[in-house]
Amino acid sequence: MDEVIRLEHIRRDFVVGEETVHALRGVSFAIRRGEFVTVMGTSGSGKSTLLNILGCLDTPTAGEYWLDGVAVRTMGKDARATLRNRKIGFVFQNYNLLPKTTAIENVELPLMYNPSCGVAERRERAVAALRAVGLGDRLLHKSNQMSGGQMQRVAIARALVNNPAVILADEATGNLDTRTSFEVLDLFQRLHAGGRTIIFVTHNPEIAQYSSRNITLRDGRVIADTSNPAPLDAAATLAQIPSASPEDAPPT
Amino acid sequence: MHIGNLLKIAFKALGNNKLRAFLTMLGIIIGVASVITMLAIGQGSKRSIQAEISEMGSNMIMVHPGGDMRGGVRLEADDMESLTLADLEAIRTETRYVSYVSPSVNSAGQAVYGARNTPTTVYGVSADYLDIRRYRVADGDFFTEQDIRAAAKVCVVGRTVVDELFPDGGSPVGRIVRFGTIPLRIVGVLESKGYNSMGMDQDDLILAPYTTVQKRVLAITHLQEITCSALSEGYTDRAIGEITALLRRNHKLREGQDDDFTIHSQQELSNMLTSTSDMMSVLLAAVAGISLLVGGIGIMNIMYVSVTERTREIGLRMSIGARGRDILAQFLIESVLISVAGGLLGVLAGVGASLAVRALASYPIYIQPWSVLLSFAVCTFTGVFFGWYPAQKAARLDPIEAIRYE
Ligand SMILES: Nc1ncnc2c1ncn2[C@@H]1O[C@H](COP(=O)(O)OP(=O)(O)O)[C@@H](O)[C@H]1O
Ligand SMILES: [Mg+2]
Repeated sequence: MDEVIRLEHIRRDFVVGEETVHALRGVSFAIRRGEFVTVMGTSGSGKSTLLNILGCLDTPTAGEYWLDGVAVRTMGKDARATLRNRKIGFVFQNYNLLPKTTAIENVELPLMYNPSCGVAERRERAVAALRAVGLGDRLLHKSNQMSGGQMQRVAIARALVNNPAVILADEATGNLDTRTSFEVLDLFQRLHAGGRTIIFVTHNPEIAQYSSRNITLRDGRVIADTSNPAPLDAAATLAQIPSASPEDAPPT
Repeated sequence: MHIGNLLKIAFKALGNNKLRAFLTMLGIIIGVASVITMLAIGQGSKRSIQAEISEMGSNMIMVHPGGDMRGGVRLEADDMESLTLADLEAIRTETRYVSYVSPSVNSAGQAVYGARNTPTTVYGVSADYLDIRRYRVADGDFFTEQDIRAAAKVCVVGRTVVDELFPDGGSPVGRIVRFGTIPLRIVGVLESKGYNSMGMDQDDLILAPYTTVQKRVLAITHLQEITCSALSEGYTDRAIGEITALLRRNHKLREGQDDDFTIHSQQELSNMLTSTSDMMSVLLAAVAGISLLVGGIGIMNIMYVSVTERTREIGLRMSIGARGRDILAQFLIESVLISVAGGLLGVLAGVGASLAVRALASYPIYIQPWSVLLSFAVCTFTGVFFGWYPAQKAARLDPIEAIRYE
């Protein structure tokens, strides 16, 4: 079995004062290498809670989670940090780049926390990751000199640079205008075509059409898990959008 | 994370907020500079006091007749005449740690030359007195052993007496001054020593053979003081022990009986004066240390601000693999960098200020290498200590909350 992720009866309870909030009430699924999964659901359905657990930022109250064959639930804080560093790439809605820092330095960041990666290798891999997202000519641009689309590409390059088992994206197009959203979506599709495993959390049903599989949550449960044999092509959609706005327009 | 990378991050973070970093540093700079300057001033004055005391003879020991008068009752005449020439001889011949010994009898009175007169004191001593008190004869000679045996009417005078009695500036050697009713021929003039640290004029005196003063001025046979010097300052206590044992034997004191003499040493005085200036140093350093503390609190404050401002960055670093200790190290190095850089600048400022005090106020200053090292070490420690809590706070942040922090 080529499973990257396996969840079994994952529960996550938050105790708020006297009450207990059941954010996840027994979620089970497996994701194979090379899948592009969108996780859908309305606000409060448990998407972020699930993503935090998948990203090893949070541990489930009950249930088992294997990431790339490693059982995560019983791991300590430091071990989870190292696991994140080696196996996971995060892409956030608001990019979370370091301010006043060049693209290349932002992308190098995860490798800084990997002592087995030397300076030369770090640079080499960061340059390769930036080329892969189409920013090979913007290596020394600082984060505050870039448009939203460019910043998100840098963030994606940062998520790629450690060659992770899975890329986790949380509303990664949420801050971008339509055209730039599709550019980023196109980038994700190309990464997927290159063999990457991607989990993309969104509340936008349109985006789900571009992934190979769609998991829907409601009230902390999986209510639908459908595969999409013929996903739409983001590049084609992009070609139909009139380029009224300049390519690198800031987020609206 | 590698220390080189941590330093790079810290430099960058400080570089992004240069003015703030400098203002934070300023607290440390002022603290370190004032510690160094205050200690330099304190040590400088201590050393100048010590130098003056050693000018007066830091190994000097004074034996007086009469016991320690703390009881306040035993003040019999006998008691006050307990020191004799036999005691002097015993000290001269039977001790190992005493290098010079001179009798001393003195009398205050008027010295008169022609129409001029001046109040002064005549000390009856022997030649050893010069070595003990570190006087030198500048003009003429000291009186001789022959003069002592003959109780000759000769004397050696100090500079102040010369200036008072012979304002014309010519050499007074060979002239005759009167002390009370006794005419004394001047055979020499002492080199000037100026005032000592207690403000006493060390040149306002006349030295004469002790026999002369005993017989002709005071009409006594006992001694008012025996002045000695130990081989060196370090032998003072042993010399005092020897003298005490010797005098108790000579005076036939039984065990349990109190001494009928009292011994003081210059070392006691020296200790007293330097302990005063030590206390001053401690007080000055404490005040300066408080400013270092305030500087440290400044660091703590700014590091808390920095941690709060960079909560999102911390969350991001954690989510891409930074462990708590990586974050701790990052912020700790930042605060240590502030304090060490502030410490270096503070050392420069402190040394500069000390040299300026010496140049402008011609105050004796002495920069002790250990005070520089100490204040530098203290401020590095300050950086670690005051950086610890903010760094700890950063390291304990929950990555999920931190990354969503607005
Ligand atoms: N840290 C928390 N403490 C208490 N309740 C929480 C916490 N995080 C999430 N929840 C609750 O869990 C539920 C799911 O939240 P979340 O996973 O953020 O949903 P979504 O991302 O789909 O909007 C919500 O009811 C939310 O209030
Ligand atoms: Mg959410």
